[in-house]
Amino acid sequence: MLNYLEKHLPKIVLAPTTIVMIVCMYGFIAWTGLLSLTKSRMMPQWEFVGLDQYVRLFANPRWDVAVDNLFIFLILFIIIALVLGLLLAIFLDQKIRVEGAIRTIYLYPMAISFIVTGTAWKWILNPGLGIEKLFRDLGFAGFEFRWLVDSDMAIYTIVIAAVWQSSGFVMALFLAGLRGVDDNLTKAAKIDGASTVRLYWHIILPLMRPVFFSAIVILTHIAIKSFDLVQALTGGGPGYSSDLPANFMYTFSFNRAQIGMGAASAMIMLFGVLAVLIPYLYSELREKK
Amino acid sequence: MNSIEIKKLSLNFGEVVVLKDLNLTIEKGEFLVLLGASGCGKSTLLNCVAGLLDITDGQIFINGKNVTWDEPAQRGIGMVFQSYALYPQMTVKGNLSFGLKNAGLPKEEIEKRVKHASEILQIESLLDRKPAALSGGQRQRVAIGRALVRDVEVFLFDEPLSNLDAKLRTELRVEIKRLHQKLDNTMIYVTHDQIEAMTLADRIAIMRDGLIQQLDTPKKIYSNPVNKYVAGFIGSPSMNFLKGTILQNNKPIFKLEGGWCESPDLSNYIFQESIKAETQVWLGIRPESVVVGGEAENMPVNFSLEVEVFEPMGADTLVWSQIGGQEFRFMIDGNTSVNVGDRVTVGFDPAHASIFDFDNEERL
Ligand SMILES: Nc1ncnc2c1ncn2[C@@H]1O[C@H](COP(=O)(O)OP(=O)(O)OP(=O)(O)O)[C@@H](O)[C@H]1O
Ligand SMILES: [Mg+2]
Repeated sequence: MLNYLEKHLPKIVLAPTTIVMIVCMYGFIAWTGLLSLTKSRMMPQWEFVGLDQYVRLFANPRWDVAVDNLFIFLILFIIIALVLGLLLAIFLDQKIRVEGAIRTIYLYPMAISFIVTGTAWKWILNPGLGIEKLFRDLGFAGFEFRWLVDSDMAIYTIVIAAVWQSSGFVMALFLAGLRGVDDNLTKAAKIDGASTVRLYWHIILPLMRPVFFSAIVILTHIAIKSFDLVQALTGGGPGYSSDLPANFMYTFSFNRAQIGMGAASAMIMLFGVLAVLIPYLYSELREKK
Repeated sequence: MNSIEIKKLSLNFGEVVVLKDLNLTIEKGEFLVLLGASGCGKSTLLNCVAGLLDITDGQIFINGKNVTWDEPAQRGIGMVFQSYALYPQMTVKGNLSFGLKNAGLPKEEIEKRVKHASEILQIESLLDRKPAALSGGQRQRVAIGRALVRDVEVFLFDEPLSNLDAKLRTELRVEIKRLHQKLDNTMIYVTHDQIEAMTLADRIAIMRDGLIQQLDTPKKIYSNPVNKYVAGFIGSPSMNFLKGTILQNNKPIFKLEGGWCESPDLSNYIFQESIKAETQVWLGIRPESVVVGGEAENMPVNFSLEVEVFEPMGADTLVWSQIGGQEFRFMIDGNTSVNVGDRVTVGFDPAHASIFDFDNEERL
């Protein structure tokens, strides 16, 4: 008996987690997939209608806005966070004195949840409370900064808040990469008469390729998940002008009794994530061999 | 004309003093080797000459021009690092031409120089490869090529061969010597390897704790070391040091501490200046200057010893023994058979010895 226990203990202990994992992750993914093929509205119901929900989804202008927003957000967020993070890392790598303190300050936003970031920026960008009021109080009476309440610009406020939160993290990634560069390379380049710009552009940045790659994958993943930031900062508004697909999915599944269409949008998002993740995992795992 | 002149150079890292008031003059076309224990400041000195470190005090002249505050690229130097430091994302050709492009040279001139350098170093067939696809020896050739294309007066080498295996090291050593004979430019070469130092150098500078202990030809450093540190540092196996006293009795006589009753006559030794009687000294003699057997009996100094350990090294055998409780090593011919416990007569000529003051360890 004791022998049996000893032999199988690891399996017995791990079994519940494995089961929970299979049921909660893959089980529910499968369930959502099935739901997206049904007529479900308020409650799940099992009348299959093929790809009808997907057709309705793509015909919905609100989904169009959400997808467009995702692309705007994804591209701007990734590019700005990468450039800013890289510049901060290069700046910190110049052997400056208070590096430790500055690094902590830059990294700190990463420790805050998106809800807090969203709320804080909601106040900062609010015309009646934040930047606009500050500048008006300073005497610039005509100053206007009301992106938060402008349906064309609201999505960019989400970019600002997300960049603020994530660029410190990107900086940490690049800083680690820069620290790994052989000191003698810099020395050799100096003897070769390279200016700082040429040194970074021709020698150091090409060495950062793997870091760019990891940073892009991580940022993509943050961007696709940033449901909570939108919820806290703009609530998807004004109107639905700053919705992202995740907010669309939530609204349709739980507020507007369209579970079938919500499930369809969830599946489209899953495929989007997989399209990014699979090539990444593939290349990562292949390198290990 | 002097190629490099270093005047009163000091360098501190914060509180740590690495180089202090260092003076060094190197002639045009000279091959100078810096030799010294790890951490004595060799790389630091080289980096100061290259302009990669801001010096604390002093001046550096290259070809008569004060370059103390010039950028590295303007000093007319090329440098080769132990870790090669090739630009990993560029091809060999890219590596060779990077410096020339930075200097804004015309394309044809760059082509010409790259071609010339790659011919000299026999790397023409590698020009399109990335450094990762090269062997260690090939990488170091490219690194030398990078200095070569820039057509500079002064080459600085920081342990360029120490990442290579023994055979390759010997090959490249000869190549560097050939290169020097061909180009006839000034070279400063840092190494840990005594053989490299002895074979390559016109002059060797032995450094210790940021100070140059002795600067002289390899031969002079080997035969006339200025102090006990230099004597022990140069030569392998290292010099024997016997502790004793010099007695003056119309001629100098050495009395070994702890025994040995005959009183060997040191009249053949040339003292720097006349010395007082009863001076405590170290008598240093290189294992390869000791002779054995019949030859030993004709030497001014001779005595007999018991073999404790022997190490055959091919051409020679190194024998370890003791005299008066002090360790003594000597070489015998590799073909002579010895056994542990054998008694051997050994001897040497004091003219080949070095005598150092016991307290300050300076040569007497
Ligand atoms: N950046 C630095 N900050 C503080 N101390 C340093 C720094 N670089 C070197 N040192 C110190 O300066 C001394 C000399 O270093 P250096 O690299 O010149 O030695 P080295 O003679 O080249 O040794 P090795 O033969 O091991 O290369 C060492 O004691 C080292 O600890
Ligand atoms: Mg060194």
